[in-house]
Amino acid sequence: MTGAPREERCDVLVVGSGAGGGAVARRLAPLARAGRRVLVLEQGPRLTPRDFTGSEVEMPRTLYQDGAGFLTADGAMTLAFGRCYGGSTVVYTGTSLPPPRRVVERWGVPGLEHDDLLLRTEVFARENGVHLLPPEAINRNNHLFVEGCRALGYAAEQFPVNLRGCRGSSLCNLGCPNGAKQGTHEVQLPAAEAAGVEVVTRAAVRRVVPAPGGGVAHVTVSPRPAQGPGTDPEWAPGEYRVHAAHIVSCGGSVGSAALLLRSGLGRSLPRLGERFTCHPAFILVGEHAHPITNDVGHPKSFYLDRGEAEGWVLETCMYFPFVTAKNLTGLGADTVDFVEAFPRLQMILVLACDAAVAGNRVAVNRAGAPVVHYRFTPRVRERLAAATRAAARIFFAAGARRVHAPLADPPTLLPGERDVLERRIDARHFLPGRTSVSAAHLMGGCGMGRGAADSVTDAWGRVHGVPWLRVADISLFPDALEINPYLTVMALADRVAEKLVEALQ
Amino acid sequence: MEPSPTLAPVRAPFRAVVETVVPRAAAFDGAAWVRAEALVEGALAERTPSERRQLRVFLRLLDLLPFLRYGVRFPRLAPPRRLRVLRRLERAPLLRLRRGVWGVRTLALLAVYGQEAERARVGYRADPRGWEAAR
Repeated sequence: MTGAPREERCDVLVVGSGAGGGAVARRLAPLARAGRRVLVLEQGPRLTPRDFTGSEVEMPRTLYQDGAGFLTADGAMTLAFGRCYGGSTVVYTGTSLPPPRRVVERWGVPGLEHDDLLLRTEVFARENGVHLLPPEAINRNNHLFVEGCRALGYAAEQFPVNLRGCRGSSLCNLGCPNGAKQGTHEVQLPAAEAAGVEVVTRAAVRRVVPAPGGGVAHVTVSPRPAQGPGTDPEWAPGEYRVHAAHIVSCGGSVGSAALLLRSGLGRSLPRLGERFTCHPAFILVGEHAHPITNDVGHPKSFYLDRGEAEGWVLETCMYFPFVTAKNLTGLGADTVDFVEAFPRLQMILVLACDAAVAGNRVAVNRAGAPVVHYRFTPRVRERLAAATRAAARIFFAAGARRVHAPLADPPTLLPGERDVLERRIDARHFLPGRTSVSAAHLMGGCGMGRGAADSVTDAWGRVHGVPWLRVADISLFPDALEINPYLTVMALADRVAEKLVEALQ
Repeated sequence: MEPSPTLAPVRAPFRAVVETVVPRAAAFDGAAWVRAEALVEGALAERTPSERRQLRVFLRLLDLLPFLRYGVRFPRLAPPRRLRVLRRLERAPLLRLRRGVWGVRTLALLAVYGQEAERARVGYRADPRGWEAAR
């Protein structure tokens, strides 16, 4: 990879191919069909069906940034985000909810209306085959959650999911081996490519800079590692300078903020990287007396939304033995005994609705690599504790004979302790670095708003003061969404792309 | 057998950690340890040299720390005492120490539950064919 960078030119360059990039590519497809050159650059690989092995060891390395082990700067939280053709839409569970009206109104972004977002999410929901799974496709792990909620008077709701031909592999978080999940890798990107949009994988955009008539992206295309999964990159490995009239950053919360920071835009955009939120989460497991179905069937079919009232959400889930073990708190036989009881485990994911606070932000280190600073506020700790208590009650109401709760010390709870959960589960047991916390809803960093003093972009993703640059992904969120975000990301990206099309015409 | 670039100099304390975090690993035979360490080396290969160095430093510290109190190194401690050492460190006031325990604990769990045979042993049976395979 020596010599001068190769030069490429296009009308629109889209950086990233996840929910945002896929939605933008879909909206720009008619332009490509009409002869405009539209490029999508994706840092990760393009995979073939046989690459989706379902292996808990192999797939995270292939699909996620840092093998799903990206840590916050203090090492106290794991952040999971995709890095492949389709981005994080390849590795989530397909849960598809519209944005809550209360949240969009609270964001208060001039020009952003909830009704507009809702209409767009409906279009994507139809396009992605979003529906409720039939009762016969729901496994026991999920039924137990519903039964527990019902016994306690909680209103569990069923997740609409974007699946076509789901066989119930339960491997959603490792990439569906059956191509059932309708992420952008299955729907928007192939359609855009068929219309003439070019997608180049293994192409990392290091920075974007202004140039006459637009911007230039400095890009490194890497070869496929020897024996590595996926296809070779569409371009020859090496350095490129891609000239574009318009550049749209869709690298996600961490990726977009880091790209703009590496590009030196932090000087004119003081809010760049700020307002990072992530719905910090951990899993609880409850052991039943008999085996239940947990590793067959869609893993995340129901949820309990207490976001508005109490600031937390519970979701059903199923993680794999290593991930489950890693997420438990404590050491020794007491802890791993839960993993050893895997077929009898019911699992619940606890998520706290966090809020944008000063200091929680995306930055870059000297090498330009992203660094995420995150501090758990007392409110987040309290919300995690409250959610943990509710989850413990649900487990026992569903018949669990013991529960592992990270915010109890010791973490194992027995049915006889049902009446003392307020005392046993307490935020004071939250100890960063000991309590395993992870997050997969990484939001903010390039938030929308009024001007450079309070935000990075306007309501249409146009970066303040940089006419050739837009952002169209989850980094636009000015604060947490308080629910699963992917449909909202697609709707926002669609708005950005719509305005871009207008500008190009 | 290929040399282990990261674990080789700290193999004894690492194996002692694995056996402490997952007691059944004490019954691992040579082949199971080879698989375990290959999994960990695979994960570490994707980490930066600085992170691998930090891991070695922490394992060396853990190896020597008990000598001050018990007069023997970590691997020579009885399993309950090893557990007490790790539990004390995972609640240490210093975040760096807590992170260190969390890190080696995570690798220990990967070393065991990352093995296909171990996943099958605990009854994990996820299969791309889903319901069809379960029937």
